Amino acid sequence: MSFTKNLIEGTDFDHTGLNALQKVTLRAVVMAFLFYGLVAIEGMIMRMVEVGHVAGNPLPEQFFHAEHFFSIMTVHPIVGIFGSTYQLVFGAFTFLVPYLTKKPLYSVKLANFTWLMITIGTALAWIAAFVWQYAPLYTLYWPLPADTHQFNVFGGIVFILGVALIMVGTLGFIYNIYATIFARVGVHKNKTTSELLISGFGIDGMLNLINKLRGKQPYTKEPALALPVVAIFRGTVDTFLDALVILGAGILVLVYLVFDASGHALDVSAIDALLYKNFFWWGLDLVADGLVLIYVAGSWYLLATLITGQKLFMENVARAALMLELLVSWMVWSHHLLGDQGQPEMMKLISGEMVTAFELLTQGLALFITLVTLWKARPLKMTMELKYLLGGLVGFGLAVPAAIIQADMGMNRVLHNTQWIIGAHVHIALIVGLYMTLYSALYVLWPLVTNNTKLYSHKLSNAHFWLHLIGGIGMGAFMGMAGLDGMLRRHLYVDGQFNPDMIFAALFGTMLLVAWAIFLYNIVMSVGIKGLIGIFLPAKDKTASYGIEDELVPADDPAFAK
Amino acid sequence: MTFSNSAELLSFHWVAYTIYATMIISVIAWFGYNLTRKEAKSVFRIPFYWYMAFLVAGGVGHHIFTYNTIPWVSQDIDRHNITPDAKYEFEIEDHKWIGLPKKVTIQCGQTVEFDVHSRDLVYGFGLFRKDGSMVMQMQVNPGTDVNGILDSNDILWTFNHNGLFDMTSTEYSGPDEYGEDGEDLMMVKDFVEVVGCANGGEK
Repeated sequence: MSFTKNLIEGTDFDHTGLNALQKVTLRAVVMAFLFYGLVAIEGMIMRMVEVGHVAGNPLPEQFFHAEHFFSIMTVHPIVGIFGSTYQLVFGAFTFLVPYLTKKPLYSVKLANFTWLMITIGTALAWIAAFVWQYAPLYTLYWPLPADTHQFNVFGGIVFILGVALIMVGTLGFIYNIYATIFARVGVHKNKTTSELLISGFGIDGMLNLINKLRGKQPYTKEPALALPVVAIFRGTVDTFLDALVILGAGILVLVYLVFDASGHALDVSAIDALLYKNFFWWGLDLVADGLVLIYVAGSWYLLATLITGQKLFMENVARAALMLELLVSWMVWSHHLLGDQGQPEMMKLISGEMVTAFELLTQGLALFITLVTLWKARPLKMTMELKYLLGGLVGFGLAVPAAIIQADMGMNRVLHNTQWIIGAHVHIALIVGLYMTLYSALYVLWPLVTNNTKLYSHKLSNAHFWLHLIGGIGMGAFMGMAGLDGMLRRHLYVDGQFNPDMIFAALFGTMLLVAWAIFLYNIVMSVGIKGLIGIFLPAKDKTASYGIEDELVPADDPAFAK
Repeated sequence: MTFSNSAELLSFHWVAYTIYATMIISVIAWFGYNLTRKEAKSVFRIPFYWYMAFLVAGGVGHHIFTYNTIPWVSQDIDRHNITPDAKYEFEIEDHKWIGLPKKVTIQCGQTVEFDVHSRDLVYGFGLFRKDGSMVMQMQVNPGTDVNGILDSNDILWTFNHNGLFDMTSTEYSGPDEYGEDGEDLMMVKDFVEVVGCANGGEK
């Protein structure tokens, strides 16, 4: 097949054969990867600024200006976390929950509303930063987002509306997922809501463990919900709480901005900055230390069972641990406030240090269960999904201990707000840990959501894997080293003060960008531009489920596990 | 074992984490390789409860280790009961330091309190060595009590090594902190000087 024909037609992708559930899933995934590209470019721009005015740096001068630099820094996490990661995760779960529960999705219209709201919201936030250079950063530390001496009030309103739309879309996703899980149809026809709730919270796993210890019969031999659905259910509790907090903070900022615009500015000191920080971090931390860790653990369990075709090792313990993680994730936010001297010492000690350390336990447990499940099924073929899963395990194996180290009153005094936090912890957790897990899920789901479309090139898949893995770890490592050398994370350096660390970080960052381009090329060549457009056209087949009647046979394709 | 300043701690941390990172990458790579081999046998078995005990020990032990080896932890917790050798109090407003002494000279081993107030935004307070590495930092939150007195953001620090340190805000407070050419306008060069330590180290 010629290059042009491949580019237009793809390999053998037929978008007309996709049902409504497949199409809505793919729409979110497409938007997620487009936003990923944007975020990778933004990241590289900031990295090149921090390389500084050195010979050979091609970056135009305007990017070195504080207004421009911090505008990019403000939207970078919005686009990355919400525009890309949320969309990818929501898209995958919108498909997986009906697939795993063997029930139809509650509403395809609502799923369409979700990806559209998140896309429009992300675009609005980005526009606010690009056009008006609204740059209070994602932390929105009070009263900076309402500081109209530094920022354009209209830009602020657009930004907050954008974030609000993202949260509204998120609430749409949550409703859709819970309505699907609690629908008493199909295999759940005879289940009560309380049975589904008990299973959703992982209580049945805990009762099974207690009964086993007491020598009694298990509470249930067949839990109402599959373990990955339990993880989705649990993680979505934190997604809901987080959405409420961010919406609440957004409304507060919006009220101040609107009053300011009307010429009746309110007194910003009416809001206590430290109390606000506690409120905001409690909610925001439910993303980092709540839903991400739970969703990831659930994804590892699902991937391990799909890749091996075997039952998960210690499933009851895994179910119970998801319940524990719920409580842990609500009580760890103070580790973000260890550098705040007004924060009560007991909160720093208990919430910031001790409860946070539990995450080593819960994530370590997920790692252990996944590894043992894989090990018991050996020999395994080193498929793309297995490779990415191992990459994801490496990512969290690096990033979680890095987090525990910094969540310490001694270490935090010299690590807080440095590049260590954002490099060795956040970027490795997201780019290596989370994204490689999501890529693994993508390779597993690819035959299901595309009706066995042949992937254009496995060589390109491999190139993407290695560039992403090495680029992600390398960039995070050199950012982390710069942090240990004293480089702050929310600071402008234009003279290359932290070279060569930043030069190496930029080189590894380039590998990430190239990896994304290769991945995108591979996908576009597989589905074709026609197919890509077709994904966004209405589905003829309105089915909102997959695999209830007749499951597709996996493609005869060496990249995918049998 | 006690770390006498942040430079020693950061060097130790660099080595320890590099060893750990190399180890975890190697273990997963070895694991991945053996997953594909039928004849692969477990080199050693890790009992589940021992593994969990190891994680608990790691999570809790890390804090016990730092509490006992990093002197500023207990000092920070107990700072309101400690009388400093010197105290410096100043404010920040509109990205400018107010009431700042021209230079702070500290004798080796002295414990000094810095109390910083913000009149508008969230800032930071940090001291940095000439090579850019961090001595210490804290957040500076705005706010007042019921009597309208600005909230304290106080930190107690004992200086055990000679040095000349720069000061700047360690928290982002908007682009107005920077000049047109990207210069950090809150940076105060040579703000703190520690003298009197033998060979640059402790007394």
